[in-house]
Amino acid sequence: MNHFQSLKTLSYVNIRRILRIWIQTIIPPAITTALYFLIFGELIGKRIGEMPGYEGLTYLEFMVPGLIMLSVITNSYANVASAFFGSKFQKAIEEILISPMPNWAIMFGFIIGGITRGILVGIVVVLVSLLFTSFQINNIALTLFSILITSTLFSILGLINGIYAKTFDDISIIPTFVLTPLIYLGGIFYSIEILSAEWQLISQINPILYIVNFFRYAMLGTSEIDPLLGFTLICVFTVGFFMLAYYLLLKGIGVKE
Amino acid sequence: MKALEIKNLTKIYGNDVHALKGIDLNVGRGDFFALLGPNGAGKSTTIGIISSLVNKNEGTISICGVDIDDNFPLAKSKLGVVNQEFNFSQFEKVQDVIMSQAGYYGVSPHVAAEKSELYLKKLGIWDKKDVFIRELSGGQKRRVMIIKALIHEPELLILDEPTAGVDIELRRGLWDFLKEINKAGTTIILTTHYLEEAENLCRNIAIIDDGKIIENTSMDHLLQQLENQVFTIETDNDLPIDLNIQGFKSEIKDTKKFSVIIPKDTAMNDLFEDETFKALKITNIKNQTNRLEELFLNLTTKK
Repeated sequence: MNHFQSLKTLSYVNIRRILRIWIQTIIPPAITTALYFLIFGELIGKRIGEMPGYEGLTYLEFMVPGLIMLSVITNSYANVASAFFGSKFQKAIEEILISPMPNWAIMFGFIIGGITRGILVGIVVVLVSLLFTSFQINNIALTLFSILITSTLFSILGLINGIYAKTFDDISIIPTFVLTPLIYLGGIFYSIEILSAEWQLISQINPILYIVNFFRYAMLGTSEIDPLLGFTLICVFTVGFFMLAYYLLLKGIGVKE
Repeated sequence: MKALEIKNLTKIYGNDVHALKGIDLNVGRGDFFALLGPNGAGKSTTIGIISSLVNKNEGTISICGVDIDDNFPLAKSKLGVVNQEFNFSQFEKVQDVIMSQAGYYGVSPHVAAEKSELYLKKLGIWDKKDVFIRELSGGQKRRVMIIKALIHEPELLILDEPTAGVDIELRRGLWDFLKEINKAGTTIILTTHYLEEAENLCRNIAIIDDGKIIENTSMDHLLQQLENQVFTIETDNDLPIDLNIQGFKSEIKDTKKFSVIIPKDTAMNDLFEDETFKALKITNIKNQTNRLEELFLNLTTKK
């Protein structure tokens, strides 16, 4: 049995979906990012000045990695959650479950879709940011790795959300009430050094803070949090949640009666 | 070697509904097999478990000699399933849906494109290949479902009510197509509520009721169990109000039409030799009821 062909097909189906609805998948991040740069970067950012711990960088330069991560995280998550739930809703998931495709190939097929959208949107955000500021990437390999593993992790989380989802509400509850607050409070727009000691402590519970700072280190060469901590955290989460998603599919939770 | 071998298949749903109570079922290679039963009897659960859409509690399933738990990919590669409900993305085009399904089975795009063209032409929807699925009629969607199930050339094809909601002309066309692929060697298992369909197509039959197989035999053997047959007879004469055919129960339907019940062990010649009957100018004789339907009702209501 040619499982590579199965995986290639499912990945292609998911990528084709992203490109078919490009107005919903690619354009919105470009517009929101441009607005962030215009309002927080150009208009308000100039009054903010430098962030503590990032001396020598303008606020716009500080914000670029955070905005890339914001787009990568939300888009890779949303892509897999909606694609998986959409196929459950239309019963198209049965086409896959009836076939000889192993669970790992089903998982990777959806995850590759999420990674593709994360990377595509990441590229769009970089291009938009170049309209407002210029920057040099400190470590290209680490930056690419960081985008890849972050989009992988959030694609897996989106998959788990899609597996459990029974209604369209279920795929918007987690992004709206959990993911968005964690991202916005995860050091995208500010350094936690500006917070009080208590709020700094609370912020340190937020895993997104480590992910954003790992990427900021890869891109700018400086970070307020030890990048090794971010690297370890993201790797452990990726492996752990991958195993959880695999277990859920193996047991047929959310997809089989 | 059997095309399908089921042993002690049991399914208990979460709400403590015992959908399957340890069924055993064998379907021979090359057979055209009917799996019938009333709504909620366990047909779709059985098909769901065979096609991995439903988890079983107990039992084993072998497809063409391959145990589904021992070698999942090989067993599944031998199976094609046409589900009762449409299961494809409404936002994809016909050809894309078929090619994707082939890809999930590991069929290369080149081979899949050839097969897709063959079946689309054979089932008369080649001109729809670039049309979005949502724009197709119910009958056209049903044909896409059949093509999807056949695209990897399975040895066993299971069809769960494949002609539900399709017009008579298309239904007949699908019957001919299914007969053709069965003749070419594909084993077919069919569930249907059109019992005429099962009677015309299938050689063997199992009836499932309340999660148990209550009958599993050949179609001929089953039909021999009929106690009576009812015939409707049309005449050129005006029928007498007191129509009486010696030895047969009869009922006048209108001035030129009546029905007569012929018991299983009675020769039809006795009817033709009756003096009253001989005096009539018969224009048409037809079997009034679907024979299988009558048996089916007898079996499934006998509790």
